[in-house]
Amino acid sequence: MSMIVAQPGILSLLQDSGRWGHHRLGLSNGGPVDREAFNYCNRLLQNPAETTAVEVSVGGLQLESKVETFICLTGANMPLSINGEDRAAWEVHKVIAGDTISLGFAQSGCRSYLGVADGFTIVPALGSTATVVRENIGGLNGDKLRAGDQLPCPVIATRTRYYLEDRFRPRYQKTMTVRVIPGYQQRHFSRAEQRRFFGSTYTVSERCDRMGYRLEGPAISCNIDGIVSEGICFGAIQLPPDGQPIVLLNDRQTIGGYPKIGSALSIDVSRMSQLVAGNTVHFAPISHHTARRALHLAQRFALGQSLQAR
Amino acid sequence: MLYVQEATLEEASLRVQAAVVAIEQALGPDLVDLVPSYASVLILYNPLQSNQITIARRVRGALKALPTLPETAGRTIVLPVYYALEAGEDLEALAERAGLSVDAVIALHCACDYRVYAIGFAPGFAYLGEVDERIAAPRLATPRPHVPRGAVAIADRQTAVYPSVSPGGWNLIGRCPVRMFNPDTQPGMPVAVGDSVRFEPISRERFLALGGDLA
Repeated sequence: MSMIVAQPGILSLLQDSGRWGHHRLGLSNGGPVDREAFNYCNRLLQNPAETTAVEVSVGGLQLESKVETFICLTGANMPLSINGEDRAAWEVHKVIAGDTISLGFAQSGCRSYLGVADGFTIVPALGSTATVVRENIGGLNGDKLRAGDQLPCPVIATRTRYYLEDRFRPRYQKTMTVRVIPGYQQRHFSRAEQRRFFGSTYTVSERCDRMGYRLEGPAISCNIDGIVSEGICFGAIQLPPDGQPIVLLNDRQTIGGYPKIGSALSIDVSRMSQLVAGNTVHFAPISHHTARRALHLAQRFALGQSLQAR
Repeated sequence: MLYVQEATLEEASLRVQAAVVAIEQALGPDLVDLVPSYASVLILYNPLQSNQITIARRVRGALKALPTLPETAGRTIVLPVYYALEAGEDLEALAERAGLSVDAVIALHCACDYRVYAIGFAPGFAYLGEVDERIAAPRLATPRPHVPRGAVAIADRQTAVYPSVSPGGWNLIGRCPVRMFNPDTQPGMPVAVGDSVRFEPISRERFLALGGDLA
């Protein structure tokens, strides 16, 4: 039992919650760049949190269902239709064999998550189904979805059709504030440079992908050229010699030698990954303690929203 | 992030290697992942389940119990290499630049044990050091778009085996038939940070017999 990829769209990738414990082999963690939307997708479908879904960037994915099951779309605002009929996102819908599920192109945000009840049944590579194309690992053959691919999934006859009330859904804006925890190389940036960094507006460049978001704006200089290569965490903000910040995402390289001014808060990186070239970002410093509190609050908010059923 | 400070790169690497074992034992399931490198260990934990203060205290405790400088080195892995112009297109240029014969370059590359200082850039890409100063060579001005899998290369005083086809700017001197990364096996690669690697020259026939590919 499966769904067939009729059209893969711009970039559609199978993702679970990511590949962990293999950084020392040089493997990045992959996984959904917008974890918030991914989590909602699985929660609405009543799947375990790490269940494999398709991350659709920009849009254009079309699947043909060969199975009776339930689907749900969350994340970027991409028009969803089943057999040509418009359907709401953030809501569980029933499909049967022969149905065509189509996604249009994102009207706000740029990544959405299309999940099925109990998830796609993909053989994990090194403990995860997360696709990292650069590393040729995960997904079906370590690659993005292609027309004709079969995505196995189980037959599910009944499931509660939950939806998330509109007032609780994320709003993807064209500009946002990213909270930053100052990092271990912060001392190499003078007070003036730090003020410039936190006081300026940066524009998302064309070079933004699952590895990192390159930003353009006032250049930030550092009093060292580089550091001895060291591990890089999710959200780390590197400043290469050209002074233009790069926020590192899921498919980043595991080690690197550019100095880092700090790390963006993970929940803000999730939201930032919905920005497209030309959108803007402003950075705000926060303490480690405040960051931790923000993460706990965000989790309580996400899990505290009771879902409504049709 | 844990930094180690030692007089030499080699001592720092020994310290990193010992710290990795100690941190794994101390944190157990609270450890999400870690990234050892030349002189640092990045420790990842889930901030919703533990906090920085507790993690730091447990790591500090574990490190205090370590001997002043551990002597235990990792394993020594011998990697066969077919050195030839058809397997490493920069071999002659590198020899010329160094003012040595090709045979002398090969002999120097095989003469010592290298430490695995870090793994990164791509899955299974191990940074090995340090090569003899006489055969150190700067990176190419223009990186190649496709370096073949198994390519043995030198950049400055580092050497490495490319685990998969990728772009790269290192000087290619030979080809190794051993797969440096295979996601279908455990642990996925033949070496780990802290291990030693020695290269052993092999013939073209032996290279092909071991499954090497010159394409």
